Amino acid sequence: MEIKRGIAVSPGIAIAKSLIIDSEDYRIPRRSIDASQRTREIQRVRNAFKSAIDELTQLETASDQIQESKIKDIFAVHLRFLHDRSLRKKITDLVRLDLVTAEYAVSAILREIASNFTKAKDTYISERAADIYDIERRLLRQLLGKKREDVEHLTEEVAIVARELSPTQTAGFNKDFVKGLATDAGGRTSHTAIVARSLGIPAVVALEDLTENISGGDTVIIDGNRGIVVVNPDSQTIRQYEQYSQEFLALEHKLDAIKEKPAVTRDGVKITLLGNIEFPDEAEQVLQKGGDGIGLYRTEFLYLNSESEPTEQEHYQAYAETVSVFKHRPVIIRTVDLGADKYTQSRRFAPEPNPFLGLRSIRFCLQNLMMFKTQLHAILRASVLGEVKIMFPLITNIQEMMQAKMILRDVMEDLDEESVDYNKNIQVGIMIETPSAALTAFTLARDADFFSIGTNDLTQYTLAVDRGNELVSTLYSTVDPAVLRLIRTVIQDAHKAQIDISICGEIASEPEHIMLMLGMGVRTLSLAPPMIPEIKQIIRSVTIEDCNDVARKILTMNSERQISSYLRDATRKILPETF
Amino acid sequence: MERTVCEIELEIKNADGLHMRPAMQFVDVANQFDCDITVSNVENDVDGKSIMQMSMLAATCGTKLKVKAEGTDAKQAVDALRELVEEKHFNEPMPNN
Repeated sequence: MEIKRGIAVSPGIAIAKSLIIDSEDYRIPRRSIDASQRTREIQRVRNAFKSAIDELTQLETASDQIQESKIKDIFAVHLRFLHDRSLRKKITDLVRLDLVTAEYAVSAILREIASNFTKAKDTYISERAADIYDIERRLLRQLLGKKREDVEHLTEEVAIVARELSPTQTAGFNKDFVKGLATDAGGRTSHTAIVARSLGIPAVVALEDLTENISGGDTVIIDGNRGIVVVNPDSQTIRQYEQYSQEFLALEHKLDAIKEKPAVTRDGVKITLLGNIEFPDEAEQVLQKGGDGIGLYRTEFLYLNSESEPTEQEHYQAYAETVSVFKHRPVIIRTVDLGADKYTQSRRFAPEPNPFLGLRSIRFCLQNLMMFKTQLHAILRASVLGEVKIMFPLITNIQEMMQAKMILRDVMEDLDEESVDYNKNIQVGIMIETPSAALTAFTLARDADFFSIGTNDLTQYTLAVDRGNELVSTLYSTVDPAVLRLIRTVIQDAHKAQIDISICGEIASEPEHIMLMLGMGVRTLSLAPPMIPEIKQIIRSVTIEDCNDVARKILTMNSERQISSYLRDATRKILPETF
Repeated sequence: MERTVCEIELEIKNADGLHMRPAMQFVDVANQFDCDITVSNVENDVDGKSIMQMSMLAATCGTKLKVKAEGTDAKQAVDALRELVEEKHFNEPMPNN
């Protein structure tokens, strides 16, 4: 039994067999298999060789036209290695005798060979190590690619363990069988965390070396409430957790019972609770949990789920499906927020050195107008089906917002010419998620119908912390005094301009931060659907006066630690069972 | 058929040594024959038909390799390999001096 501590990012308890997704970009840890899996694992090695040979043969044929003899030689050499029986035998022997995974055996043997070359004094020979690494990666890609397909066709419940999970990987998850997530990297607002919360399954991230200390099929407990992962728990621990899990479910049921009741404070102030969603089928979940609409409809899934760019009709169908669930309640569609991810980076000749400060989000859209207009066309078409609003992400200055709005008007004219119906008075708002937008909120408010504060990016950019980097993720805090000061400015400027203001970052899903947000003047929160009942419970337990007191106190404090502990105590007093 | 054993010593003469492409040519020639082919430097004996093992000899220019062939076509195999290594020197340039 081994206990690992990380950051709890999505509540709940999962006890399941682990399924490990290694990455060809990182060292493959040594992992044991059961003797009964030996034959299957050896077959995986053979299949990987066969597929790699097929792939290379195709590449070699395709390069026939190129007549580039050096490249052809490289393919030919790699093929000889893949056909080399003694190489394959070395790998299958390692699986057979040491009982390790196919991935580890491939990686270990090829790296051993490569290290032989690196040791050679002759540079011409030592540089050949690169060829061996190339062959290693090609074989691993085959093995891991198969594994990813397996995740899409699961037949039993599993907990997914990985170094980190990308949107492309999580988009393919079979939601009926994935019971929990645990990753080495990541923070509170990493992709893994967001997906886990939207699926309503427990997740723990920033476990550092979990993948090196676990074998596929090991039983794991993922405690998404306390941020603990237990590998191969003993029977007593399993019993304890089963009991704890039942208590937790009972609390959830109790919270579900309040879903029909309004989100009103004890002194009668109505709070609007909206859901953040990623996929159209989550709209139903928002309704079930008692949400009043969609405050953030992320649309990246349309791009990450398929190899090619989505068509206008595909956009439209996804939006129509979601809007039809809500009819006369708001659905805020955020235009595509791509960038700093594999989708855009893999399409570049050279990846950007600093993608988070690069061509992402609205900047990417403004430079890819065809793509942007396709999406706006579909949103406008869907606008007649309900109360659709448009939101532009990552605005950093007024020109960007005006440019985006101008393109929207162009698309409206196109629709006029096509005689297609749309809501001519559709509300257009922006996300405030950069310090520059927060500091100029007063100006931006004149031309925006609403603001939504994206606290995740706002925090990352204000504090200069990569939220996914476990080495610095402890510096990341949305209740840092600097971030709170910016949030306060935005709220005040929105109130002065009399436009709607909501919070859609992770802060709106965190029980201990709700009183502070209400006290700072927020009346609309958009959050992960599974968290709606719990947040509603808090709202129904407080008075705005209490919240105002908390906010006043907090805004005089200078340290993040002081603020965090004060907020935790304040919340514990009103909702003891959550902690 | 008679099983013969042939042994010769070959010197790597091309400037860049037995890197990937020459190693590939060597095993391609070796694999045309039925006999077993063992290649050794001072430290190791390896299978002359395996590119992995051959390339791991990391033989540089000037290295002397012992080639031992066992089987019915051992003589032909050794001759073909000598031609490749010492006469054609893998169709690669020789050292400049």
